[in-house]
Amino acid sequence: MQKRKIIRRILDNITEKLLTISGAVTGIAILFITFFLFTEGAALFQSPQVEHGYALYVNSSNPVNTLQPEETKAIFDAEITNWNELGGKDGEIKIFRIDDAFQIYPESELGENYELLPAKLGEIISKEENILAFLPTQYAPQGAAVKALTAKNIQPKDYFLGKEWLPTATPVPLFGVLPLVLGTLLVSIVALLIALPLGLGVAIYLSELASDKQRRLLKHVIELLAGIPSVVYGFFGLVVLVPIVQKALNLPVGETAFTGSLLLAIMALPTIISVAEDALRNTPRAMREASLALGATQWQTIYRVVIPYAKSGISAAVVLGIGRAIGETMAVMMVTGNAAVMPQSLMESVRTIPATIAAELGEAPAGGAHYQALFLLGCILFVFTMIISISAEIISKKKNYKTH
Amino acid sequence: MNKRLSQQIAFIIFKLFGVLVVAILISILGFIIVNGISVINWEFLTAFPEEGMTTGGIFPAIVGTLYLIIGSLLFAFPLGVMSAIYTHEYAGKGWIVKTIRMMTNNLASIPSIVFGLFGMALFVNKLNFGDSIIAGSLTLGLLALPVIIRTTEEALKAVPNTYREASLALGATKLQTIKKVVIPAAMPNIITGLILSIGRVSGETAPILFTVAAYLLPQLPTGIFDQAMALPYHLYVLATSGTDLEASRPMAYGTALVLIMIVLTMNLLASFMRRKLENKRSK
Repeated sequence: MQKRKIIRRILDNITEKLLTISGAVTGIAILFITFFLFTEGAALFQSPQVEHGYALYVNSSNPVNTLQPEETKAIFDAEITNWNELGGKDGEIKIFRIDDAFQIYPESELGENYELLPAKLGEIISKEENILAFLPTQYAPQGAAVKALTAKNIQPKDYFLGKEWLPTATPVPLFGVLPLVLGTLLVSIVALLIALPLGLGVAIYLSELASDKQRRLLKHVIELLAGIPSVVYGFFGLVVLVPIVQKALNLPVGETAFTGSLLLAIMALPTIISVAEDALRNTPRAMREASLALGATQWQTIYRVVIPYAKSGISAAVVLGIGRAIGETMAVMMVTGNAAVMPQSLMESVRTIPATIAAELGEAPAGGAHYQALFLLGCILFVFTMIISISAEIISKKKNYKTH
Repeated sequence: MNKRLSQQIAFIIFKLFGVLVVAILISILGFIIVNGISVINWEFLTAFPEEGMTTGGIFPAIVGTLYLIIGSLLFAFPLGVMSAIYTHEYAGKGWIVKTIRMMTNNLASIPSIVFGLFGMALFVNKLNFGDSIIAGSLTLGLLALPVIIRTTEEALKAVPNTYREASLALGATKLQTIKKVVIPAAMPNIITGLILSIGRVSGETAPILFTVAAYLLPQLPTGIFDQAMALPYHLYVLATSGTDLEASRPMAYGTALVLIMIVLTMNLLASFMRRKLENKRSK
């Protein structure tokens, strides 16, 4: 008897410990997520600007010592063709790649394992004053007149303020997130502009006008709308909304920022409606009655008394609606066309942060600069949504005591 | 007169908005049901995709989703419930508990693609699970955790304090009270949370993109370290990257309908249960 009691007490003790541990684990899960995202993401700034395993070499008589990523890209895109544009001597830039070496020398001259290649490359670079050679560091050219350009790491300002997202470009991938950030904000804010009047109207209808039966019906409808998986919304958008937008606005393609906003507006509706309705309902009855007793109509009461009173709750609805829109991945990816360029108009294709992650992570080799750049995008998204959810919490806690 | 008129106009607009929201739902559901219903038959549900996913069925995707539901909730349900019991019944009101609760709340607001990133970094790469059912389940489980915790906490909150006090007064320990009194009373509500999270887990695509989902598999997964197909990802593939998009459209409609049926049935079941409980309580 005594023994069983002790065993039971030990078991109980273990159970209580388990409960404590579970509480702690779920609490720190978010810290864990943050830690992983940020360590992977921050590693980007330890990655070299030039494609991993490669370097740029010039003739040592060349005064240019370093190139900005944009400059390198412009050279390889043939937008910059003369060294004098880069502060060097006048002379046409001659781009040289490893493949070119095989054109010049037959494989037999390079040795069985290409052990003679570095010397040959050095020879070429020494001979050509205006050369810019993009070569694997494994075969780093050897020669007296060879100079390697300073290999800088990717700079935070190139990432956060860069205007071009070309993650797979060679020799220098560009990770400028500005087009993605702006694309995300554009799509989400327009979605909110569409969803807010609609959602607020429905919330007012629900809390002030609807009969019990209508209310119950609408509540069900909103619940179902909130439950539809985002990939189904995306499919609906792709098959129905895209052609409609294309025809109605007479566009070359229907996959635009506007289509994304339209779809996101529908998806944000349930959040906006339910949060705003809660806020409207919380307006004390006495305030409504006082207003009505003064001879105001029901509508005057709503927009002069109820809405001002519920202002903070409505703001929370707005903020949460944006939060829902910013993080949405699948639906947006399926209808916005995903062109990673600075958004110029609503009627063009854009690409959002989540869509970029979803579309590219599969192809980015783990641990590479592209992979890290995508994780850093995840960090940006994470910070956005954290700010949003915390500010929603603060706003909805703030009471409106002000009296006029 | 003027103010009456403006009221009438405003109210008509609000009513129209309400009708519009209903119309949106009906058009989405109607569109998928009308196009999908003719595709669904026994073969569609039990056969493998054939001829570049233009005919055949979606059996492996259904099975994959089932595995993911079971796997994720096997991990998230006990953890979530226990964590909620701890924060609600044991933890005091100190700053630690407050921070934990705030963090759990914020967990719910993290976009699902970020969970996918995390799952890939930790489970797939660091722990070397590879693209596998276990990696996908753990990622999805993390996503379901806030849902389970929140519903469980609400369930515990709904148990009247007099129950606890009566049990304690009879000499039961705190743990006995929780096991024998609080949990049985809260159980139906906790189950509602479980059902809700099944709906959530089965519809998510972004977290499984890089942790488990396979484009097409010739056979069913045989263990927890295998890749699996899943309904939401299969729908995405059929809609955007199949070999012949036009020819696989009917398959996509069918998949969308099956997916929607699973998710909405779960949601309706949960709200039905909740309403029933509310009625019982108010009596």
